[in-house]
Amino acid sequence: MKWAPVIGLEIHIHLKTKTKMFCRCELEYGAEENSRTCPVCLAHPGTLPVPNARAIEMTILLGHALQCEVVERSVFHRKHYFYPDLPKGYQISQYDQPLCVNGRFALADGSEVGITRAHLEEDAAKNVHMGGSGGRIAGADRTLVDYNRAGTPLVEIVTEPDLRSSEQAKRFLQLLRQTVVELGISDAEMEKGSLRFDVNVSIRPEGSDELRTRTELKNMNSFNFAAKGIEREIKRQIGIYESGGEVEQETLHFDPGNESAPPLRSKEEAQDYRYLPEPDLVPLVPGRELVERLRGELPELPGARIARLADELDTDLAEGLVTSGRDRLFEQVPGERRAVANVLMNQWAATGVDPAAVDADELGKLIEARDRIPRAAFTEALEATGEPGFEAERYLADGQIEATADLEPLVEHVLAANPSQVDDYRGGKEGLLGFFVGQVMKETGGRANPKLVNELLREKLKA
Amino acid sequence: MTDTLRLTAEEAMGLIERSEASGAELHRAYLDAIGERDGELHAYLTTVEAAEGAGVPIALKDVISTKGVETTAGSKILAGYKPVFDSTVAACCKEAGLPLIGKTNLDEFAMGSSTENSAYGPTRNPWDPERVPGGSSGGSAAAVAGGLAPWALGSDTGGSIKQPAALCGLVGLRPTYGTVSRYGIVAFASSLDQVGPLTKTVRDAAFLYRIIAGRDPLDSTTVDLPEPVELPETEDLKGLRIGVPRELNEAEGIEPGVSEAVQRAIELCRELGAEVGETTLPRSVEFGMPCYYLIAPSEASSNLARYDGVRYGPRSGKGDIREMYMQTRDEGFGDEPKRRIMLGTYALSAGYYDAFYGQAQKVRTVIRDEFAAALEQFDVLISPTSPTVAFPLGAKTENPLAMYLSDVLAIPPNMAGLPGLSIPCGLSEGLPVGLQLIGPQFSENLLFRTGHALERAIGFDFVPERLR
Ligand SMILES: [Zn+2]
Repeated sequence: MKWAPVIGLEIHIHLKTKTKMFCRCELEYGAEENSRTCPVCLAHPGTLPVPNARAIEMTILLGHALQCEVVERSVFHRKHYFYPDLPKGYQISQYDQPLCVNGRFALADGSEVGITRAHLEEDAAKNVHMGGSGGRIAGADRTLVDYNRAGTPLVEIVTEPDLRSSEQAKRFLQLLRQTVVELGISDAEMEKGSLRFDVNVSIRPEGSDELRTRTELKNMNSFNFAAKGIEREIKRQIGIYESGGEVEQETLHFDPGNESAPPLRSKEEAQDYRYLPEPDLVPLVPGRELVERLRGELPELPGARIARLADELDTDLAEGLVTSGRDRLFEQVPGERRAVANVLMNQWAATGVDPAAVDADELGKLIEARDRIPRAAFTEALEATGEPGFEAERYLADGQIEATADLEPLVEHVLAANPSQVDDYRGGKEGLLGFFVGQVMKETGGRANPKLVNELLREKLKA
Repeated sequence: MTDTLRLTAEEAMGLIERSEASGAELHRAYLDAIGERDGELHAYLTTVEAAEGAGVPIALKDVISTKGVETTAGSKILAGYKPVFDSTVAACCKEAGLPLIGKTNLDEFAMGSSTENSAYGPTRNPWDPERVPGGSSGGSAAAVAGGLAPWALGSDTGGSIKQPAALCGLVGLRPTYGTVSRYGIVAFASSLDQVGPLTKTVRDAAFLYRIIAGRDPLDSTTVDLPEPVELPETEDLKGLRIGVPRELNEAEGIEPGVSEAVQRAIELCRELGAEVGETTLPRSVEFGMPCYYLIAPSEASSNLARYDGVRYGPRSGKGDIREMYMQTRDEGFGDEPKRRIMLGTYALSAGYYDAFYGQAQKVRTVIRDEFAAALEQFDVLISPTSPTVAFPLGAKTENPLAMYLSDVLAIPPNMAGLPGLSIPCGLSEGLPVGLQLIGPQFSENLLFRTGHALERAIGFDFVPERLR
């Protein structure tokens, strides 16, 4: 039987607001432990939440980007559980009335992924378990808590199980990440924890539309790692069904520090969070004017730009440019489109230069001359494209002896100095061409245009 | 020497204005009175020796966070907890120059109707120390009635201002939900909690309400007052339509002496020029109480989750995190909070939510509509505040349901978010009887006017007989 994977994602992103979701503590990644706290985010008795208006706006903006409906009335709930990272004993989150619902997100391959919802909530504090084993609270000698993160605004995006391969899931995540970064609502950096995601995976016979038991994959630290994890999980499930077994609903916790470690498995316990509409907050009723104004602020999104670029390039190249944040530079750099795109995605990408620092015209000149410059010199020039006042001209002039008039005497000199090799060549040992090229290069310190040298040598040797 | 038993807050303002006494001198006089009588009454949990402010001193219920002054909510789980910030109402009092006399006793986390649930021992009624002052703001009520404070703030979730005011012969206002900030008030049931004054006169209550009311950016559920607070002057009730809801006046368990005193007050309304008629609130009275005992414990179980021994308050338990939570909470909470946490946790459980909390919220809408209909016909509704006068200590501690019934008349308007003013309307067997005045949302000025006119006509002496 042929099996088809069914994949859904739950993505959490930290919003890039100045202050926390329900108090006015500053948000600063890497600040000294517990230096960004106040009675509200430490849940002192009697303190009350006051929602961050900017976080609400950012969520609506994201809702528009995901083509969601922004609801007329949204409600915050309390989600209860006891854990030291949760100061109030409950998290304020949106439950059955999220702010954004029923969206869709188009991928470069033309497919669309349903967005079930995007809702706003607060992040928990950070626990550090000391002693014991495995960095878990069970068995730890003591647990230290850093409340700086407690109350960070967090958007949770839940997709429909519309993704059909690990590769597609990876591309979805890349495009979504690029989208939130460009909207300016999040850094979405996995290393900083400002982007986290869980993956739900199940499989079914191809052509069927049933939904079978799914497993949840947690703690993956990169998109590539996730793709591999999904791939492995699909194979595992196929193995189980094909040997007559049943997949069990469980959670697979990966070790973010060790990709090759097998994930820890745990049964999904039916937790009772005792949801309660948050009585300290009035329902959130976003004004229609605000919602429309934010719709108007939406920039051209990565998805749309991929579609546009795919007309002149192929989809993969277009997607690569956009999700790597290089497409705006691409559009400014003059020259043959595919060549520019290839250089940007390959040699230039390897330099790590910030696209914003680059003079597109100069880069265009450099790319145009790439075949006339030795590889090493070209790379060196690309690396310098981010420097202030970079001029391609300098590398072209310094690096290349381009003029036939300049090279001709050198070529003649080399031939005159090696008469026996010239005879051998003319006698049929055409492999000696490389030897002559090498000699010319030696004479010029590697600065001769190899193409031109080749042409000149062939011509002279023919005679 | 100041007669702290007789002095009203308004009179104290007069003394200060005429430089006959300073705020500090008054503060001292009340501390002296506390030294004299609080051994018997136990109205205070904490007193403040040196307080700032040139105005009339004030006592605050111990759920009101006061910066640097221990705030326990009557619970061991907050023993030694000193807030690092002032609640908005405490800040309002400071800004108005009211020196803090101290923090008053209460039922633990404001859960109770007699102040016997305090982890720090009960408060006694100044009219008869063998009896309870009511609750949960019993400490504030006993302090004012016993001459240990000219006025005080309490909090009212299900009658916790109105009922002790009634049992101690005082004026108590439970304001419209959303008019007084809850920021810094140790939360019991967030959708019902409201801070309000306990005073000797209606005008004092209006003065104090004026100081604490208004929108607070730190409390999203507050609103701007639609009109400024007016001090009542009028001494008649001409043009007012006063409704007597049958069920609130004929409920089972209302003592005959209470009914008689209330009947006399209703007669007085007529004499003062009001138009009096009967009305009915069948569902509000039948369902108000059960509905309250689903909503309040549900919210309480959530609000009390933060007391886990991690960040403040005592911590117990030597084992793992779970053991620490369990032991800290087992030792820290008394029986009543535990009872309500269990009730509330159950009511919010998956599968029960719709049947309990969800259903109670729907019933609340029914109650709101029923009151709204009655208040279309009448300007003010009138009833006893409490079915009984102050009862002896220990009389109801073994029977939580009997204790809960003490608030059966005070709860229904609370469920509708309405303001209620309790004023003393006479004595029954030598103990004060409270009269409850209920108006539409934001009708505090109307309630003050009605209460003031009745107060003048009744001529109740708020100094307990045995202390005169
Ligand atoms: Zn904070």
